Amino acid sequence: MAEFVQLLVSGLATGAIYALAAMGFTLLWQTSQTINFAQGEFVMLPAFIMLSAIKLFGLPLYAAFGVSLLVSALLLGFGFKRLLVDPMIRHGVLPLVIATIALGIFLKEGVKLVYGAEALPFPEALPQGIWRFASVSVTVNDIGVLLLVFAMVLALQGFLSRTTTGRAMQAVAQNPDTARILGIDVPRMITYTFLVNAALVSVAALLITPVYLAKFDNGESIGLIAFIAAIVGGFNQIRGALVGGLLIGVIDNLSGAYISAAYREAFPLLLLIAVILFRPQGLLGRAEERRV
Amino acid sequence: MQIRKMLALAALAVFGLTNSAGAADAVKIANVIELSGGGATVGTNWRDAVELAAKQINEKGGILGRQIEVTHYDTQSNPGISKAQVTKALDGEPYVILGPIYSSSTKVNMVEAQRAGVPQIVGSEAAEITKKGNPTLFRTSFGQDASMPKIANYIRDGVKAKSVAVIWVNNAFGKGGRDTVVKELEARGIKVAVDISTEVQQVDFAAEVAQAKNSGADLLFPYLHEEESARLLRELKKQGFDKPIVGETTITNAKVIQLAGDAANGVRAHVGLSPDAPSPLIKKMVQDFEAAYGRKPDHNGLKGYIAVHMVKAVTEKMGKFDQQNFAKTLHGMTITTKDEPGVLMDVTFDDKGDPDRESFLVEVVDGKEKITTVLPPLGR
Repeated sequence: MAEFVQLLVSGLATGAIYALAAMGFTLLWQTSQTINFAQGEFVMLPAFIMLSAIKLFGLPLYAAFGVSLLVSALLLGFGFKRLLVDPMIRHGVLPLVIATIALGIFLKEGVKLVYGAEALPFPEALPQGIWRFASVSVTVNDIGVLLLVFAMVLALQGFLSRTTTGRAMQAVAQNPDTARILGIDVPRMITYTFLVNAALVSVAALLITPVYLAKFDNGESIGLIAFIAAIVGGFNQIRGALVGGLLIGVIDNLSGAYISAAYREAFPLLLLIAVILFRPQGLLGRAEERRV
Repeated sequence: MQIRKMLALAALAVFGLTNSAGAADAVKIANVIELSGGGATVGTNWRDAVELAAKQINEKGGILGRQIEVTHYDTQSNPGISKAQVTKALDGEPYVILGPIYSSSTKVNMVEAQRAGVPQIVGSEAAEITKKGNPTLFRTSFGQDASMPKIANYIRDGVKAKSVAVIWVNNAFGKGGRDTVVKELEARGIKVAVDISTEVQQVDFAAEVAQAKNSGADLLFPYLHEEESARLLRELKKQGFDKPIVGETTITNAKVIQLAGDAANGVRAHVGLSPDAPSPLIKKMVQDFEAAYGRKPDHNGLKGYIAVHMVKAVTEKMGKFDQQNFAKTLHGMTITTKDEPGVLMDVTFDDKGDPDRESFLVEVVDGKEKITTVLPPLGR
């Protein structure tokens, strides 16, 4: 029982980080019909920005994180939208998907060129330690990750539902044409969404890189897991992405411990297949109809 | 004008002849190694040390007066690609093939070198590699058959553990190490409390650490590649694992210590080759490597450096570049540091291509590998 609880908590913590990247997926899809297959590399890159800030300017980790937030907002938020999404989206979803795949490869190989193919150490973002409750022990780090991610989700939900800008962003996500008629500055709202995604991936990088270590190809697995989490939870719901991420984190841990380490990567995919077959809109997603 | 033209033509002819003669005279060494993928850390160390050794030998006149020319081929840490790269390397008619390090790659590509009759010097450690009767294959470091008995003795006599949790990577290297160490532990009456397999490039070890922690084992024996070892150590620290951690070579590798940080302190291991060994030759090699690349080599760097010097020692013993007699000469040969300082430690090769030399027990103290005991050669 103690082991099960420990696995559950650590699975939830890792899953919560995946959920951050998955939420970015859903946000971009909702507001701009962008499926960003470079999302994994978007999580990988801020880690290297932080490392550079630490090495070049001698900054402490959280100051480096601040730098990474700014640079990510500029490059992965504003730059991504203006230089890639805006020119490509008018040609349809598929060309944009291919363009984001190309961007992912470019980012991966670019980081490899500059930082090399070897993994680099990354400082722990949260305090280390163990909390013991009777026979159950959980790590301070896992609890910290969960609290931080839940706080972020609540803040994001609050921003989207309680502020004028947030509601305008939701209106754009639901129906851009109507939003435009209502006088909402649609391009600006879409830009905000890209900036929110840049912030989400920066936080995900801060939390996941101490586990993964900083390496140019980290984005491959993170991007895949985040994509699966977004689909499992519901591609059109932020809370769906959260649930999808948590679920995959827990399944990964429990299947690795109790079923087979060799097939642990297969279980999230089995879940994905089951969701597509029996609940295509995702666990918390809403069904959408489109006229063709 | 006519004289000028003739002079120019003569100069061109001389230049061309010199160049083609130079190319023909070079000793071609093909280095098939992990330069990307999961093995990039080990392969980069090996490659850089091979380059360093070749440069130093060339500066002193080369091997029997011929310069060494090394060509690198990236296996991408993938056995299938490694086989294709060995085939491609053989097209260049190399004198010797160096690498790879990953045992799963060596297992599939050594057949190609054997078929072509080209000597191959590898950094792989899986026990089965030299049991396949390949007469052209040589290791630079101990196989698991040589290292695991030493580890098992230390676990019994040094740590006095009665039960062990084993965490290993599920490939030829990891499975070979796991099978050998479990056999050696059981032969000494030590119980395997939990036997956990993991995957190459695995990133999250929370489940494995929780299992090891709850197994009640007296000691943890990890047998993974470098990056995975570092991730495991960080997770062990995170989850407050407080039992001794004793491994083999990789777990105290310089890169693992760099990546794991504080989490590596206290880890003990048996290492066949160590950049921290109390040897003036190794210290000199480490200094030269640091001067060339700005970082300390790991044991894979030492392996690569030794590999090139093995080629030099054997060739100089033969007195000619005789590819067919290369393997025959190296089998049973003892290379002393007096004759060939580049082999770093006196070494004897058996009839299977396995080396025998001194080895070390080490512990990581304050982020540095510290030699605690020097173990004698097995003398098999």
